[in-house]
Amino acid sequence: MRVLGLDIGSRTVDAVWLEDGRVVDWAVADSGFDPGSAAAVLVDRGAHDLLVSTGYGRHAARERFGGSVVTEITAYGRGASALFPDARAVLDIGGQDTKVIALGEQGRVADFEMNDKCAAGTGKFLEVMARALGYGLSEMAEAALAADRGVAISSMCTVFAESEVTGLVHRGEDRARIARGLHDAIATRTLGSLKRIAAGGPLVFAGGVARNPAMVALVTGGFEGDVLVPAEAQIVGAYGAALSVED
Amino acid sequence: MSDTVETVDYTEMWEGLGLNVPAHCALLKAIGPAYESVYLSQENRPEGMGYFDFVMSEIHGLRIQELQDHKADGGTVIGTFCVYVPEEIIRALGGQSIGLCAGAEWAFPEVEQVLPRNTCALIKSFMGFKLGKVCPYIESADLVVGETTCDGKKKAYEVLGELHNTHVMELPQMKRPEDRALWRAEIDRLVAELERLSGRTLQADALTAAITEVNDKRRALQRLNAARAAAAAPISGKDALLAVQVAFYDDVPRLTQMVNAIADELEARIEAGVSVAPADAKRILITGSPMAIPNWKVHHIVESAGGVVVAEELCTGSRYYDTLVPEDGGTIEEMLDAITDKYLGVNCACFTPNEARVDDIVRMAEEYGADGVIHYALQFCGPYQFEGFTVEKALREAGIPVLKIETDYSMEDAGQLSTRVEAFLEML
Repeated sequence: MRVLGLDIGSRTVDAVWLEDGRVVDWAVADSGFDPGSAAAVLVDRGAHDLLVSTGYGRHAARERFGGSVVTEITAYGRGASALFPDARAVLDIGGQDTKVIALGEQGRVADFEMNDKCAAGTGKFLEVMARALGYGLSEMAEAALAADRGVAISSMCTVFAESEVTGLVHRGEDRARIARGLHDAIATRTLGSLKRIAAGGPLVFAGGVARNPAMVALVTGGFEGDVLVPAEAQIVGAYGAALSVED
Repeated sequence: MSDTVETVDYTEMWEGLGLNVPAHCALLKAIGPAYESVYLSQENRPEGMGYFDFVMSEIHGLRIQELQDHKADGGTVIGTFCVYVPEEIIRALGGQSIGLCAGAEWAFPEVEQVLPRNTCALIKSFMGFKLGKVCPYIESADLVVGETTCDGKKKAYEVLGELHNTHVMELPQMKRPEDRALWRAEIDRLVAELERLSGRTLQADALTAAITEVNDKRRALQRLNAARAAAAAPISGKDALLAVQVAFYDDVPRLTQMVNAIADELEARIEAGVSVAPADAKRILITGSPMAIPNWKVHHIVESAGGVVVAEELCTGSRYYDTLVPEDGGTIEEMLDAITDKYLGVNCACFTPNEARVDDIVRMAEEYGADGVIHYALQFCGPYQFEGFTVEKALREAGIPVLKIETDYSMEDAGQLSTRVEAFLEML
């Protein structure tokens, strides 16, 4: 049986095809302004017997392609624990949401936290800040990693932080240190959330922002237990969604 | 709603009340479709809910006409925003108690000229309805009785007081004997104010009758809600919430009769095993800030995600109907004592300490077989935001899963809220 897991996120659409529980193919596309059509291109790439959608566009995907839905929280928990059976926590920083998940037996979600409303401290936040600093996204991460220290950033709100960054730039602060400060701020907030519900680990760091080396270094440095980053951090949700048909 | 019902034109009445008629039309045009998509789309509803569909279709029509008729007969209309305002006293002095509009975003830019932006949606809403001149209830009210349940309301009543005849009761924030004495004196002040307004004197027999009437309404709501403890939910959370919301402003004996009819139906449904939700639907208790009409946001998200709300520890829930005023009669003073104690017994988050609310939540979660609890706080509703932490801790210790939500009346967070609620249901 061939199962397609589809994760329609705010920034990317990810697809994973499983054959008897093993990954046989996967693909990632930009969500763009028409994520449904981006997903359709992926769906048409190969045949499937069952489809499970997750992510922001999950309900729209079910209407368009059929199948079932599962939230990205359950999907990330399932995917992360399949990749790392000892995992006890998952951190998923995506384009628009940050989720911290505590795992119980067999990858079941025992508890979770997720940002309420805005895109504070997410991939989108980093994109906006990179633009304000005149960096490319990976360029900013490298600069942050290389900086000797960070400038304190007080706001996690994308709009307020952008003003704050502009103010710092005009004061002549070093932009690499500002970049480091932005990453520090996200890491501090995330680690606080982890401490509340999932201290100890091992922790799986997944989602698009897990591809950012500065965030990985800061989360790893600040977390008490082991931090595991999957090779393809972005598709853990689609993988978990596909695996969820077994449950 | 139906084509066969003759549509009455209320424009003249609305103009007479000083409403901004075009804006008011726009409001009604928004409420109708919202009610249709949230309520009428539900399947297998109890037949008795037809009454509430009718009430909602006439929310600013027939009921307002009734209030005008009541006033023409020499009665008063008293607007309230809180379960602490004793309806018995209002009724005993020939008044009708009306819970005022506070459940939708309206004229917020105008509100932000007179109140801080960081004010909860409920307070901004009632101020918006007043400033925007779109609430026929407040425009029908001879007096608004406010109360000091939070700083936001307390200060907002100062602003409202400049626009409308307003009387504020000082609700103590502790429950010691001296606080009880203060509240008792506030009850006397209310009696005096209402006597002055109505030109009547409080009579023991009228108060006895009002106590029984309002208790009957509470007993009917208790019956309806008790049915929700059944393993197969006989009514949706949305419908049960609506019954309580409407109870705040509907005609008391009629509402009592209609709610009892629904309770009869629900009891028969339980016998027959009829349910509105699949057997494996997760059962949710909701606790926190009040949900004024037409705020159905959280219930709608939970039930759209496949859960079923089985109880509300809310002011638009158990805090409204759970306790009764003793009916042993006696002198006016004895009855006012009994009323003082009944209302001071409500466990609002404005009190400190307020451990009894936590006990209520844990007890209700067990009684209603809840799989999980959602703690709902309006953004900037300090008392409930603070207690969210206490409640969360207590529920975790009791082994009851809890999801904390902070939100307002806007739909900008609907996507994220749905994801959180769906994930919570998947987790249970």
